[in-house]
Amino acid sequence: MTQIRPAQASDLKEISALDERETGVAKPGYWREMLAPDRHFLVAETDDGALAGFIAGEIRAWEFGQPAAGWVFAIQIDPGLRLKGVGSELFEALVARFKEKGVTRVRTLVERKDHLILSFFRAQGMVAGPSLQLDKDLS
Amino acid sequence: MKLQTATRLGLYAILELARDPERTLSSAELAERFGVSSHHLAKVLGTLSTAGFVRGGRGAAGGYRFTGNRRRITLMDIVALFEPAPGNRAKEPGEDTDIGAALQRVLTEIDEIAEATLASITLETMLKPRST
Repeated sequence: MTQIRPAQASDLKEISALDERETGVAKPGYWREMLAPDRHFLVAETDDGALAGFIAGEIRAWEFGQPAAGWVFAIQIDPGLRLKGVGSELFEALVARFKEKGVTRVRTLVERKDHLILSFFRAQGMVAGPSLQLDKDLS
Repeated sequence: MKLQTATRLGLYAILELARDPERTLSSAELAERFGVSSHHLAKVLGTLSTAGFVRGGRGAAGGYRFTGNRRRITLMDIVALFEPAPGNRAKEPGEDTDIGAALQRVLTEIDEIAEATLASITLETMLKPRST
């Protein structure tokens, strides 16, 4: 069983460490910013208080011309605790918070070659959204 | 996007069988359900069986059963059995020219998006009742 609660400053070390293990990049400053009051930053912890995973998002209005929607910036689950529904619980908890604030859509951006995380969001019922992300190499 | 007939039949068959892994259906029963050729469907089931996604089928009346993992098998796994893999095709004349290369970049972009879509949708996701 896991409990879901808002992230606190005391969680940052474990959050950063889990993210760095999975992505290979340390970004403690980024996670600290996610504690800002306008962000939704949730953690799932196991019964013995260990970090099982986290999710971070925000409500943004008129971003790229679109009405207010909840954005999922990041989700990460401890690899040893995957396939137990922790990711789905975190996603549902975040969506519930978005709904409380009155938004009716949730969206995210995913690396298109990362089929694992794409599958996760698809399993939550997400489909291709109205926007196409475009990109240019400036180097 | 247009799928080849075999691909479409393969997806129909695997999804119908995966709906209830305990259930056995013959190619004739599956063909009737979707209004397609039983002969064609029998060949497609043979391919799915060789790939290990279904089991069974002795003769026209023999039934098939789903034997895969609904949460692991994606639409791409099925499509790949019947369609040439994107990026894994013979070189076309003119591809080495600058125009040919520019066109190829566009086609590769489309292939990558199609692959990302197909490879991220599992049979489980397809069969889940939609909440909205």
